[in-house]
Amino acid sequence: MSNECGRKVYIVDGSRTPQLKSRGKVGPFSAGDLAVAAAKPLLLRNNFPLDAIDEVILGCMMPGEREANVGRVVSLRLGIPQSVPAWTVQRNCASGMQSVDSAYKNIRNGDADLILAGGVESMSRAPVLFNHTMVNWLGEFMRSRSIGQKLSTILKLRGKHFTPVIALIHGLTDDTVGLGMGETAEIIANNFGITREQMDEYAMTSHHRLAKAHESGFLDEIEVLYDDKGNFYDHDDGVRPDSTVESLAKLRPAFDRKYGKVTAGNSAQITDGASWLILASEDAVKKYDLPVIASIADTQWAGLDPAVMGMGPVHAMTPIMQRNNLSIEDIDYWEINEAFATQVLGCVEAWQQDEYCQDKLKLDHAMGKIPYEKLNIDGGGVSIGHPVGASGARIILHMCKILQRTNAKQGMASLCIGGGQGGAVLLQNEAAQNSIKTEAA
Amino acid sequence: MSEENRSEDSNWHVEKDNNNIAWVHFDKPESAANLLAQSAIKELNEILIDFESDLPRAIIILSDKKDSFIFGADIKEFTALDNKEQALAFMLKGHELMNRLEAMKCPTVAMVHGLCFGGGTELSLACDYIVASDDKKTKIGLPEIKLGIHPGYGGTARSIERCGPMAAMNIMLTGRALNARAAKKIRLIEEMVPLRQLKSAAESFALTAPQRKKLPFLTRVMNYSLVRPIIASQMRKQVASKARKEHYPAPYSLISLWQKYAGNKKLMLEKEAIAVADLATTDTARNLVRVFFLQEQLKSQGKKVKFDAEYVHVIGGGIMGGDIASWCAIQGYSVTVQDQDPERLAQTIKRAQYSFKKKFKRDRRAIRDANDRLMADHRGSGIHRADIVIEAIFEDVDVKRSLYESIEPKMKPDAILATNTSSIKLEDLSSCLKNPGRLVGLHFFNPVALMPLVEIIRGNETDENVVQQALAFGKNIGKLPLAVKSSPGFLVNRILMPYILEAVTMVDEGIPPEVIDKAALQYGMPMGPIELADTVGLDICKSVANILSAALDMPLPANLKTLSDKKLGKKTGEGFYKYKSGKPIKNKSASYSNQQEVQDRLVLRLLNEATACLREGIVDEADLIDAGVIFGTGFAPFRGGPLEYIRSTGVDELSQTLEGLKNKLGDRFKKDEGWSSL
Repeated sequence: MSNECGRKVYIVDGSRTPQLKSRGKVGPFSAGDLAVAAAKPLLLRNNFPLDAIDEVILGCMMPGEREANVGRVVSLRLGIPQSVPAWTVQRNCASGMQSVDSAYKNIRNGDADLILAGGVESMSRAPVLFNHTMVNWLGEFMRSRSIGQKLSTILKLRGKHFTPVIALIHGLTDDTVGLGMGETAEIIANNFGITREQMDEYAMTSHHRLAKAHESGFLDEIEVLYDDKGNFYDHDDGVRPDSTVESLAKLRPAFDRKYGKVTAGNSAQITDGASWLILASEDAVKKYDLPVIASIADTQWAGLDPAVMGMGPVHAMTPIMQRNNLSIEDIDYWEINEAFATQVLGCVEAWQQDEYCQDKLKLDHAMGKIPYEKLNIDGGGVSIGHPVGASGARIILHMCKILQRTNAKQGMASLCIGGGQGGAVLLQNEAAQNSIKTEAA
Repeated sequence: MSEENRSEDSNWHVEKDNNNIAWVHFDKPESAANLLAQSAIKELNEILIDFESDLPRAIIILSDKKDSFIFGADIKEFTALDNKEQALAFMLKGHELMNRLEAMKCPTVAMVHGLCFGGGTELSLACDYIVASDDKKTKIGLPEIKLGIHPGYGGTARSIERCGPMAAMNIMLTGRALNARAAKKIRLIEEMVPLRQLKSAAESFALTAPQRKKLPFLTRVMNYSLVRPIIASQMRKQVASKARKEHYPAPYSLISLWQKYAGNKKLMLEKEAIAVADLATTDTARNLVRVFFLQEQLKSQGKKVKFDAEYVHVIGGGIMGGDIASWCAIQGYSVTVQDQDPERLAQTIKRAQYSFKKKFKRDRRAIRDANDRLMADHRGSGIHRADIVIEAIFEDVDVKRSLYESIEPKMKPDAILATNTSSIKLEDLSSCLKNPGRLVGLHFFNPVALMPLVEIIRGNETDENVVQQALAFGKNIGKLPLAVKSSPGFLVNRILMPYILEAVTMVDEGIPPEVIDKAALQYGMPMGPIELADTVGLDICKSVANILSAALDMPLPANLKTLSDKKLGKKTGEGFYKYKSGKPIKNKSASYSNQQEVQDRLVLRLLNEATACLREGIVDEADLIDAGVIFGTGFAPFRGGPLEYIRSTGVDELSQTLEGLKNKLGDRFKKDEGWSSL
């Protein structure tokens, strides 16, 4: 599965929107709008002509009602030639990582040279639907011809007709096991004995790290968004730099009401955002003189019990570690998407337990401890937010940026997926790799 | 299908299909558009005479031109009409054809796709049915009023018959073009279908000849002889707010025609021809036709070279830069607008929404596409892709120069650099460039969306090819480009400024602004000079005036020398006038004893400066001065432009007035040497 068997795949550039916290009303941008806004500057600043793009792949869970195959909609809106195919992928929370993986594999296999891949989600615009009773009533109303018929149909309307179906709630619920995502996080907290204080402290750190990253200009992948009302958005607006353990402690459990530990404060924020990467073969890099920021060394998907979907990252990262003969020290930085603070803590904990590693991961012994100072160093879903379809592409992009900034060798980007899966991508910094090789020589 | 009458130089050819429907194709030889010239009228008339003896089952009139039906009459033919008798004979030829078409004993259908104006619409109206495509390119209208006449081939009576007087008079009085949907709504056409169904729809009307629907009762009431005078007086009032009778007689003539004769179609048709023959020979109509051709001349300036720009980069997100950017996005270009300040860019994007909504109304997709083409670009990523970079930052030589130095290396080698400066010499800017020839002036006027003219400034260093490309760009973005020599004030501001300064001087002297503005309106200006100064902004007037006063020896009036920040004109709520919800509060009782002198002072300074521009060769041809002044300032179009006005009024008479003013008021009225060559 590693790239030994195919062509090398490079990431040459990337961009994202700031992630905008959903504030209980319909956000200013549809999924298509976000994806277009993030990609426009990216395509503009690079030197290749738009018809050099072989395909566009976009991950998205819930595109806008007018955006069937939102990948294609966005591609056309960007002015990419009609002859360039575009598609949309959906692997729940990993849709944005799936698009990168699909692009990676198509280039590695020689089917493509240049692909625009990314992810997007406008969670604030998740549909609110009529329930079945109402749909049937509407059907009846449409069929009634005379005014009398119409009136009698209208008289049949009851309160139950107006109960809406909120797609976002259903989207964040695993119907096979009947658990909300927050409940799966509670299960992990319970399994590993993770305390509310640990979660809150982790959440606070996430906010502080993001605030510092913003301040230090470490997030130059963000492109400013402009709405049509004269506002602009230049940073992830869910960040709370003044977050403290005390302030977080005041929040009430959001899922297991009363007795639970998972709160809105230590969970990923519901946000809108889009992220893109440009992936290229060596040929394309040479032909268009593209600046390489990283290469993809390996990718992995894994499945596990949906009730503990948050453990997905360790299940996906483990085979990559084995296949590439890596130990934890070999990885310079880690991005594990913060769906819930407890779920990241659970992943770190699991790799330290012989029992979990032997039972669930078929390892001989524990993998070891991922150092927190190397994990999600610029914040994560808790502070940045988790627009489900976009996050996979965002963490890959940011890992590239971290590797570049620190001149580090390699990094791992991974996330958990509702429904009981995990995805992981191993990234390498070409510049640092070369310098290592040169030193060795 | 059989084909008859097909010869190389004929306008029409007839095809008869198996149903014996005659498809009458209009295809003017060697022309992109169909014009209903006298030759075309004569030929079609002959075809119809043949049909009278050998009646087809139906007649369908269609165009063979791509995306255009019939552009209207051939306006060039109007210019050859010397007197009313000639004009009447000319109009009656059209009437004969239209009457014959209307009287045909078989169903007649006009199958309209693309532009359908004037005579084309009148021809369609003479058919039993009009079927049009719903394509964006389909526009139907009776724009004769813009040429100082009104419909003269039966369009008045027939449009009223179809749509009722309110809707018909509205389109004739405004001259606006309707899309198919709007035309269907007012019953101007019977059917609107997608282009792919146009032939089927025309055929269906031809074969089934359905009964035409009667107009609703209320619409018919408007045409009753007792009601007409009331409505007519309302219409006159509305027209009066836009155009004075002594300047623009055509709308008044149209209203009278309807009021007097609407009860009798035959009579109305006869009187229509006479009225138009009268109007066509007035100075107003001649001058408006002249303006039409001046417009064509400006457009043709942009046709000499091909310049297929795709990406436009605008630097400066202020009002000017932002409006240029959104205008270009509306015109289909990919546009980046750069500014360091995201706050300002946010306002730029917000303003663009107004432009988009104004242009595309409620067409959600068109607005989305325009937004997708426009990008706020605070990093300047667009420079390296741009075919043309338009700089519209504030007027500071050093800042502009350092900007140019930093962007030139990033620009494509053959990209044009254009500056929107209105006051800095191009040579002072271009000297910092490695390739000074690529810098050209692209002087837009505010508000960009409404002002048709763009001055293309030719610096001493500017490559001629770059000038031509800039002209082409101006035309391609739907503006009227005018090549102007690089000299202070270029053409428009230079001619406008003495006129405004004279107005302000008169305010200094104690003449009420209302009187001054009224004098200008009486002359035919769209807005008085004092209100114009307030609208432009007194600070901007002052800075332009400062530049010109140094170069052209025009002293600044006292009122402009010291400005208060709170009294900069409309934008601050007060200038020479006070403003209430965007409108100046004027003292209607203001008066002055010598109104004529006020007008002379204004107009003659303008005329004198126009003459100076001609002498200095600011533009390439004399006519272009008139074109620039009309489209750049709104100078009374019915007067044909300042130089045309001088010619028609008489050089001697105006010279005398000028001499008198010089003796009374001083050397600013000194006759320019250019007068002698007029």
